[in-house]
Amino acid sequence: MATPPRELTQNPLKKIWMPCKNGLPEKHISQRKVCMTNCPTLIVTVGLPARGKTYISKKLTRYLNWIGVPTKEFNVGQYRRECVKIYKSFEFFRPDNEEGLKIRKHCAASALNDVRTYLSEGGQVAVFDATNTTRERRDTIMKFADLNGYKVFFVESVCDDPEVIASNIVQVKLGSPDYTDRNTDEAVEDFMKRIKCYENSYETLDEIKDRDLSYIKIMEVGSRYLVNRVLDHIQSRIVYYLMNIHIAPRSIYLCRHGESELNIKGRIGGDSGLSARGKLFAKFLGKFIQEQNIKDLKVWTSQMKRTIQTAEALGVPYEQWKALNEIDAGVCEEMMYEEIQDHYPLEFALRDQDKYRYRYPKGESYEDLVQRLEPVIMELERQENVLVICHQAVMRCLLAYFLDKTAEELPYLKCPLHTVLKLTPVAYGCKVESISLNVEAVNTHRDRPENVDVSRPPDEALLTVPAHQ
Amino acid sequence: MPRELTQNRIHKIWIPSRDDKPAIPRSSGGPHLTNSPTVIVMVGLPARGKTYIAKKLTRYLNWTGVPTKVFNVGEYRREAVNYNSYDFFRPDNQDAMKIRKQCALAALRDVKSYLSEEGGQLAVFDATNTTRERRDMILSFGKENGFKMFFVESVCEDPSVVETNIMEVKVSCPDYKDCNRTDAMDDFLKRIECYRALYQPLEPDHYDKDLSFIKVIDVGRRFLVNRIQDYIQSKIVYYLMNMHVQPRTIYLCRHGESEHNLRGQLGGDSGLSPRGKKFARALLGYLKEQNQKNLKVWTSQLKRTIQTAEALDMPYEQWKALNEIDAGVCEDMNYEEVKERYPEEFALRDQDKYHYRYPTGESYQDLVQRLEPVIMELERQENVVVVCHQAVMRCLLAYFLDKSADEMPYLKCPLHTVLKLTPVAYGCKVESIYLNVEAVNTHRDRPEDIKKGPSTLMRRNSVTPLASPEPTKKPRMNSLDDHMASTSSALPVRMASDIPTSLPDQPWLGKACLRTVFLYLKVFSLLIFQRT
Repeated sequence: MATPPRELTQNPLKKIWMPCKNGLPEKHISQRKVCMTNCPTLIVTVGLPARGKTYISKKLTRYLNWIGVPTKEFNVGQYRRECVKIYKSFEFFRPDNEEGLKIRKHCAASALNDVRTYLSEGGQVAVFDATNTTRERRDTIMKFADLNGYKVFFVESVCDDPEVIASNIVQVKLGSPDYTDRNTDEAVEDFMKRIKCYENSYETLDEIKDRDLSYIKIMEVGSRYLVNRVLDHIQSRIVYYLMNIHIAPRSIYLCRHGESELNIKGRIGGDSGLSARGKLFAKFLGKFIQEQNIKDLKVWTSQMKRTIQTAEALGVPYEQWKALNEIDAGVCEEMMYEEIQDHYPLEFALRDQDKYRYRYPKGESYEDLVQRLEPVIMELERQENVLVICHQAVMRCLLAYFLDKTAEELPYLKCPLHTVLKLTPVAYGCKVESISLNVEAVNTHRDRPENVDVSRPPDEALLTVPAHQ
Repeated sequence: MPRELTQNRIHKIWIPSRDDKPAIPRSSGGPHLTNSPTVIVMVGLPARGKTYIAKKLTRYLNWTGVPTKVFNVGEYRREAVNYNSYDFFRPDNQDAMKIRKQCALAALRDVKSYLSEEGGQLAVFDATNTTRERRDMILSFGKENGFKMFFVESVCEDPSVVETNIMEVKVSCPDYKDCNRTDAMDDFLKRIECYRALYQPLEPDHYDKDLSFIKVIDVGRRFLVNRIQDYIQSKIVYYLMNMHVQPRTIYLCRHGESEHNLRGQLGGDSGLSPRGKKFARALLGYLKEQNQKNLKVWTSQLKRTIQTAEALDMPYEQWKALNEIDAGVCEDMNYEEVKERYPEEFALRDQDKYHYRYPTGESYQDLVQRLEPVIMELERQENVVVVCHQAVMRCLLAYFLDKSADEMPYLKCPLHTVLKLTPVAYGCKVESIYLNVEAVNTHRDRPEDIKKGPSTLMRRNSVTPLASPEPTKKPRMNSLDDHMASTSSALPVRMASDIPTSLPDQPWLGKACLRTVFLYLKVFSLLIFQRT
């Protein structure tokens, strides 16, 4: 005789139905998260210096964290810098330098130790960023992974183009702590000699010898890939991501639609048109774009009237994405914050308690938005120069991806109307320029109030509501 | 001066009123239709899964809204000659070589027509294409016509895999209809040898380093990817890397009957009715019987599917992407209320149910986009039960059974019925199992009296999923045997209730043509009668 099915209760914050016992939710990890692997994954980079391993590690880590997979990178070079306070020269890396080898091995072990700690305390993916160019080193890592029940996925970067290598050195090595006291030529020369130290013992991932390993070999800066034995969902996502990123210089422009009729009234959501000031902004945006003289600029909008109206003023072709629509406020659509406090004070308080995970009744959460926006991010990675005209919550999510912001910071990022953010990839991150187009608009940013208790008085809840009509 | 905007009444898309240069809505996240069309060229020895890949890829791309069609040169050859034996394929058989080349050229001519004049976006050129000479000819063809080229090579030297392939799809193909299985296998293996001597695999380091291609090695154990040019090639690679050929079963069903169902209400988030709960228990019994290894259970995040899964006493995963279509302002209404309060919307929905988006809600087209990651993950998985909703189930079913956008919103997915899908040969076997618990009927047929405008078969400027079109030059099907060897995807085997999930005999195009003709006649006759 089957046991009677468990009662369900809806979590008031995320609006997820969960089984409960005696009115209390039971622990049940049933909500679909990105990766459903049972064991943590250890990503291991492989490659000579200046092949983009750290670039890839950091970018991958940023992407995985954004989609909700707790990930952390462990750069062995940093451990080495902690250990050997002052870098003297490439001699440290000579294969016959016994002392150097001992220290480097110790650093790798220390990093692996921290990996173990991270993965046992809630981490899901660890990126072990080092050259790992010998089979011996890789075997050590695999034994470690085996012992701890981690899946291993190798990411090898192979590149023989001297121009690319030189460019990498200039971009990220010259500025490294190792070379603060050197001039450019000296630094480049030393680094080249450093690379030479690794070359003789380099054992690339081999089609035959390493046929049972899971890996991706990235060749010629992404024009060719060899993918072997992808085991699970997360590895498949990682491969797809790595195959879509590129390093061609470009800029991404993020902005919101011009001020809308509902903005002026202090109402959220809806599908209203631009106000007079909003239309002016659109005009100035057109001028700005022309002035910037951007090669092959793509323009993307949502499917809501206000972003499309803004794009129309630019006089260039644009693509509409439903995925760029503003967060769905469900039953609160078109309400003012004062009305939400009036009709749904509990909801209003819950939202302040955890704005990232809070889902509007019959609506969405920031967490849902991120999932919805993932294909947009993937396509942004593939593209070059793009202008994305979107909405406040959406822009916060996209910005958080580019600037590596946490889930806690994301819903409070400042994305004011009539301001364009120009993002340019540089070294390991993203340069941000904020350009205000000098057209006045209401402020739509609501800070987190001090009192987030469900029993708070209305005036304390409404303390941070921006002014409106 | 910026152009004024109006909102299309069906799609609810804002477009400039002066229709000279409409903005293109990115409906399926697919490529701009102004991009050059692409020819996917299959490469590989016989029995390496080229046609399997070609058909599956085509089905997937059509479902996501990219008009795609397969051109199988073998079928052109079967039209041209009667097959005797592997001697036809001997490299020294001059006459046969001539015929084979003619067939390839004929197929390429049809590719050109499909991509340049019939609104096609992708054409899959399915043949061995094992020599450089042949591939160079195809490359010139592509260059002449401004098509992008993407090669998909399948390499496999595992004899057990090759033999399995031969048994699954070759021995029953029209070439061998008068042979016994052993003879067919024997002949086919000799056929492969004829190709092997001249086979020049794609060489990424030298000859072919500038081509865009993916080499699939050992049934997906390893991939070599070279020079992906654009979004669609990247999607194709991702799809190929996620699909597998392991035998497995997918069970699709809806939640048990809900309180809203009983009252005829749309959408909402109500719980199960008593009969719905009974169904959940029956589902448990059925799945126990089925005794599948490592069965995964997926639900939406709406109460009724979760309640259903709870009765199964197995771990389950909730996907927001599996939630029912959002009926926007019409949520929680019944059809009478909708008709009363939004009569125009009600009528528009019947005009074009696939593209119709509820005000502040979704369309089937939106659903397809939302469900794409679910399909991708289903391809990765093995045995799965998906407990979902009517519109969602229709979308998923349309993917597996290769149904067009036109058919999708009218597929029959009744409550308390499980559809068991098993991949077989080039398609999907479907069994419908009614679990004997009564429920209301929530299916609304295509209304007969709608004043539907002339339905275009191919909308040039919209990304409407088409069912993968029947390959041209296909021999007419005269018997069930031919049907078994045919390329149609649905083979209903056991139907406990009279729910047709497909009408396999008629080419899709023919059926739609017929219906349009009838509609024209109907509209015509209406007009004539009204005048008098």
